[in-house]
Amino acid sequence: MHIQLNGDQREFSSELTISELIDQLALTGRRIAVEVNEEIVPRSQHAEMHLSPGDRVEIVHAIGGG
Amino acid sequence: MSADQRQDIPLTVAGRVFSSRLLVGTGKYRDFDETAAAVEASGTELVTVAVRRTNLGQNPDEPNLLDALPTSRYTILPNTAGCYTAKDAVRTCKLARELLDGHNLVKLEVLGDDGTLYPNVVETLKAAETLVNDGFDVMVYTSDDPIVAKELERIGCCAVMPLGSLIGSGHGLLNPATLEIILEHAEVPILVDAGIGTPSDAALAMEMGCAGVLINSAIAHARQPVRMAHAMKLAVEAGREAYLAERMPRRASANPSSPFAGRINA
Repeated sequence: MHIQLNGDQREFSSELTISELIDQLALTGRRIAVEVNEEIVPRSQHAEMHLSPGDRVEIVHAIGGG
Repeated sequence: MSADQRQDIPLTVAGRVFSSRLLVGTGKYRDFDETAAAVEASGTELVTVAVRRTNLGQNPDEPNLLDALPTSRYTILPNTAGCYTAKDAVRTCKLARELLDGHNLVKLEVLGDDGTLYPNVVETLKAAETLVNDGFDVMVYTSDDPIVAKELERIGCCAVMPLGSLIGSGHGLLNPATLEIILEHAEVPILVDAGIGTPSDAALAMEMGCAGVLINSAIAHARQPVRMAHAMKLAVEAGREAYLAERMPRRASANPSSPFAGRINA
């Protein structure tokens, strides 16, 4: 399955949920926020929400800034 | 104490009370240890952070800024730095709210171009309206335009933060006369955001009656950031005390401090 992840085109072997994506990226437990197609996906929905081909996913965190 | 003396009321932003009037940005430090040490030395309780794409597949054990700046100790103020449209700024604020477990205090900045980082006021006004309607408490970076400052206040921003000079320039307060007009008419806290270069700039802003100052580069780019953070703390406190004390009037002629009476040559 093809998705756009943080601006890059990525291929995943099967259907997956947000939680599974986060797990595959070794980001489980990290302080991140997820947006799919410009809509926030609250943490409480990560386990249920399935990604669809072509989804645009953003995963962000906090860094230093003024 | 007479009734018309200025009273020290702590900085209150959208119902949150802060004992420090210095806000500190966390960009440009060598590492998180230096960030944490400078933030500590500054005495701040309110620190800005940026929201950026997570690096994927690089270093899973990469340290996290929010571990260096525990939310139990500091109020985190996520910014929308790097956004050039209202739409991107609103998206960034929503991501920040999700990232920080529903925390709704944000620093809105919508920039006009890379060279000046000057605020795009049209987009800033649009974003402010959307965010306020969505329940965000919006502290807004803007130009030092008194009409725009008042409009942002009318929209419902909880603090208005005009630039002193360009972001990262260290030029200090280039237009104190305009800042004075903004302060005179403001009913929300006015903080100088951007341009502070040195403690005397921060003290001047506070002496004029600003509710606070937001400083990043002037601390992070000092030769000794931790020491400069402390210097800024003292400057902000001194400036605030001076504002409360109210300075002496300026006079055209000299006025001796030692009495004339009793001079040996009288």
